[in-house]
Amino acid sequence: MLEIKNLHAGVGGKKILQGINLRVNAGEVHAVMGPNGSGKSTLSQVLAGRESFEVTEGEIVYEGRDLLGMAPEDRAREGVFMAFQYPVEIPGVNNTYFLKAALNAVRRHRGQPELDAVDFLKLVRERMKLVEMDESLINRSVNEGFSGGEKKRNEIFHMAVLDPKLAILDETDSGLDIDALKSVAKGVNTLRTKDRALIVITHYQRLLNYIVPDFVHVLSEGRIVKSGGKELAHDLEAKGYGWLEEPVGAER
Amino acid sequence: MIQTTEDTDIYLSSFAAFEKDLCSGEPEWLHQRRRVASENVARLGFPTTHDEEWRFTSVAPILRTRFELAATRGKSVTAESLKRFKFKAWPNIQLVFVNGSYSPRHSSLPSLPEGVIAGSLSEALGTQAGLLEPHLAHYAEPSKEVFAALNTAFLSDGAFVYIPKGVVLETPIHLLFVSSAETTNPVISHPRTLILADASSQTQIVESYVGLESEVYFTNAVTELVAGENATVDHYKLQRESLAAFHISTVQLQLGRSATVSTQSISLGGALVRNHVNAVLNGEGAEATLNGFYLVNGRQHVDNHTSIDHAKPHCSSHELYKGILDGQARGVFNGRIIVRPDAQKTDSKQTNKNLILSEDALVNTNPQLEIYADDVKCTHGATIGQLDADALFYLRSRGLDLESARHLLTYAFAGDSIQRLKIEPLRAELERTLFARLAEGREDREEP
Repeated sequence: MLEIKNLHAGVGGKKILQGINLRVNAGEVHAVMGPNGSGKSTLSQVLAGRESFEVTEGEIVYEGRDLLGMAPEDRAREGVFMAFQYPVEIPGVNNTYFLKAALNAVRRHRGQPELDAVDFLKLVRERMKLVEMDESLINRSVNEGFSGGEKKRNEIFHMAVLDPKLAILDETDSGLDIDALKSVAKGVNTLRTKDRALIVITHYQRLLNYIVPDFVHVLSEGRIVKSGGKELAHDLEAKGYGWLEEPVGAER
Repeated sequence: MIQTTEDTDIYLSSFAAFEKDLCSGEPEWLHQRRRVASENVARLGFPTTHDEEWRFTSVAPILRTRFELAATRGKSVTAESLKRFKFKAWPNIQLVFVNGSYSPRHSSLPSLPEGVIAGSLSEALGTQAGLLEPHLAHYAEPSKEVFAALNTAFLSDGAFVYIPKGVVLETPIHLLFVSSAETTNPVISHPRTLILADASSQTQIVESYVGLESEVYFTNAVTELVAGENATVDHYKLQRESLAAFHISTVQLQLGRSATVSTQSISLGGALVRNHVNAVLNGEGAEATLNGFYLVNGRQHVDNHTSIDHAKPHCSSHELYKGILDGQARGVFNGRIIVRPDAQKTDSKQTNKNLILSEDALVNTNPQLEIYADDVKCTHGATIGQLDADALFYLRSRGLDLESARHLLTYAFAGDSIQRLKIEPLRAELERTLFARLAEGREDREEP
């Protein structure tokens, strides 16, 4: 579904990603872990299509298409979803109203009929239950006054409504206590199907106890230095990121 | 101050002719106030951009145009042409004025409660002069502002509203001022409104200013609103003049003890617009709310100058002016607040927020606080910004195209100004205009 080939990218003239290679197939859950400054957020921002991030080399192929050439809304319409690490608050924009507009834009693109207010509200209620989100948040402005946990849950709720093929969770666990974490993970797990792929970007191994990955990749100084199965995450937890520093030179 | 006597001469010579014709038979006190006003016009002269108060707004385009005093009572205006301005779905008392003169045949006055007067000012001067004398041309400062002085000098008709003591008027009053071309020459009108809300009365009044054609004309309006002790008045001014028109106005509010007055100014049309909103809190415990919303694009210029005078203690004032500027439009906000030495426990809040949608739009915002009392709470703030890039990106990441995301955020910005309008048809009108303008803006941006 997704193939990242030799991706070099940076921001503000600074080179951050130094040749990322990653392949993700439908039905797979890939975890990308790394210490601060390793390039995790650059990777997610480039996948989302943030203009301030510059790609200097390489390509990203999504379902046979050049992802880097697609505007953010086109990526969304083609089924790419990003759950942001710091979801922005948008006062005055109703969470449900905007989601309906977004979903209908996606549906139009897919040749599906648009949902009217009644059907949409039905869908919303269903999905809110699925991700254990409080119904009172339906009529609020996007993320306005939401707690950290509510914001992260709102991201997963959006994901549940928009039904993407590829979802990228950018440090969804940061700032959450264990209960919020469990419930957000629960929501994510209900959306794991053989047609969907998930890239879970995280600093801590803890989330991966609940969203169990098929593959784990470790990012360090802009490169994937090690890949493995879910046990790799446990090893990192036990030994810390420093453990990887020694073999890096040898592996390259 | 540079006096352009040539320009004022043009107006004053027509005043001399006017004075003879139409002032015969009017009360001497009014004639006196007129003469004083015309003397003030001569003394003040029209402002230039060297005048502090007019620094950002040039009236040269107005002075370059020869206007003709409207004379016919808009005989050619049809009921059909007024339909879209009338808020049909909303039950109201409708007074229509064409080029400043009351038009009974276009107006609809359901039976009014006992003692309530809503009608032509010139008629009231004939039958109710005693009621008007203490107030008419007493407050709007003809000695300081030349356009208000001009209006007083040429005062001929407009609206007179009187709500007696204790009366709660459930039905809102709509004063519709229509400008319509009479000959090939651009028309000037000086609509005058006097609203007297007696003690403990309650009323809602909407003033609309519209133009039937998209031509040049000049509306020079003055409204004086006097709220007695404990009176409540919700006042609205909806300006939808032609995009080639000039509109200069003064809304003068006098609040008595414990009076609660709100005035909301919505400015959508006009090529050159200058609104003065002045509130004098002249009794303890009075509360004034001054809200404004301006939506400008193309080459429109809108200047809102407000002034709130805390003359007595324990009064509160709230101001929220918001503007959305596109194209090459220009906006000006000047918010003056004076707190007199004895006005202790004053609570005053002023906010001006501006959203700039294009590279060429410009706004000047200037708060002016003069505080002479020491136990007061006065906050003020102004912002000038563009659409939040992070918010735009977030909406796009969910599938909304850039223009839809911009519209949503722009609408969100206008949101609380719209919600403050307590009259549903006004909210609907503002929303409708906002959507239409955003769509136009989108077309302009999509052009190569």
